[in-house]
Amino acid sequence: MSLYFTKEHEWIRVEGDTATVGISNHAQEALGDIVFVEVPEGGRRVSKGQEAAVVESVKAASDVYAPVSGEVTEGNQAVADDPSLVNSDPEGQGWFFKLKLDNPGELDGLMDEAAYRDWCKTL
Amino acid sequence: MSGEVNSETLDKLPLDAWHRERGARMVPFAGYEMPVQYEGIIAEHVWTRTNAGLFDVSHMGQLLIHGTAVDQELEKLMPGDFRAAKDLKPKYSLLLDDSGGIIDDLMATRRGDDFYIVVNGATKHGDIHYLKTRLPDDFIIDYMKGQALLALQGPRAAEVLETIIAGVSELGFMEGRPFPWQGHGLWISRSGYTGEDGFEISVPASAAADLADAMTAHEAVKPIGLGARDSLRLEAGLPLYGHDLDHRTTPVMAALNFAINKRRRAEGGFAGSDRILAEFENGPAELRVGFEIEGRQPVREGALVLDGEGNEVGKITSGGFSPSLQRPIAMGYVAAPLAEVGTSLKLEQRGKLFEARVAAMPFVPHRYHRKGAA
Repeated sequence: MSLYFTKEHEWIRVEGDTATVGISNHAQEALGDIVFVEVPEGGRRVSKGQEAAVVESVKAASDVYAPVSGEVTEGNQAVADDPSLVNSDPEGQGWFFKLKLDNPGELDGLMDEAAYRDWCKTL
Repeated sequence: MSGEVNSETLDKLPLDAWHRERGARMVPFAGYEMPVQYEGIIAEHVWTRTNAGLFDVSHMGQLLIHGTAVDQELEKLMPGDFRAAKDLKPKYSLLLDDSGGIIDDLMATRRGDDFYIVVNGATKHGDIHYLKTRLPDDFIIDYMKGQALLALQGPRAAEVLETIIAGVSELGFMEGRPFPWQGHGLWISRSGYTGEDGFEISVPASAAADLADAMTAHEAVKPIGLGARDSLRLEAGLPLYGHDLDHRTTPVMAALNFAINKRRRAEGGFAGSDRILAEFENGPAELRVGFEIEGRQPVREGALVLDGEGNEVGKITSGGFSPSLQRPIAMGYVAAPLAEVGTSLKLEQRGKLFEARVAAMPFVPHRYHRKGAA
């Protein structure tokens, strides 16, 4: 299992050819109280950089982009039902969707956890 | 994730360091760095509705206007009945342009020979310029830069403030007077913009941190940021200048008829009064209303209002998630024939349609301390 991060503050946990995607703790802190999450349904194809989910805090709406291309296998109904899960457990139960990777090579340009946490300190 | 904030040249509030010490997240607003939140907008919102929240609104402009027959001169630019205004009783009013558009909304209080006016932060410099241009040359407009403005709001505000400044709890809603505190002169009125009971306190900037400390020393008080200030006023149905009010809206369109009394409606004689009196007579083309929205997703400023056939009939000017009601609410303008409470409409945001209904405002009942009320 490997964990990657994007500069858009998404995390990707990869097991075999399946990736679980969410937003980082840094991202949920910046957003503040999250009141709405829309996740993609299973079967939808997303390409890298395309909007895949929506997250809204009290203050603002943001898109969550697909960090890699693939077919969505599951959206997390739990965060759609209780968006505050993204605040309380962003990198665990607050995941957004799972997808089947088209091309594991797309992971190569992403940061590992240590690099991402260091980079966040510079923001 | 998208969205970054640029930093520009911003002024600092007298309590800038005080906010940062308490963990505030500072954002640019009205030309200042201002606290948007401390522990979180929803927690701060709920705290204000159940205890007492301390707001720093020092970005707002405090003006003291002095001149001969100041009440009559102000009546040329605003539709308030200032001739009948009693001493020390704040009145909500509107600064108007010659076509009846709203330049700002404000509170005006007769204080002896002068009028004390509190205007919005983002508009204060334009307001001062307009007042200087339009009031007689010998008028003095004192922009009280040395004063901070704090607001203590919530059901426990009176109980708390009374322990610091004896006598404040005797004020009724929309009454004010000077109070001494530790050698400083304060001006306190029982007013605010959250829908709760509470006070607004004008304090010399040099004493503002001490007064804020004295209030937050009480277990019922927490500092509250701009984020919750916005969600509180939206629940209270109170319009925000630059969003729900601007030069394209009139007081009648904005459903602020209460700010124009019988005498002023009969006599007119204020900027834009021809148009505004005609709107009283014939009804305005559009009206400010509230909206209840189905589902959980907030619909925000800029969304379109559509009728059953998909025609654009209005626009959302404020919207968000109501922490008290746990659902989205919004405010906006709609063609007058569709403004009745209960009318079903659709809202369109980023290509998505939402079912909505015109709702009565306030969304959350006001709890002002009106004297003589049970």
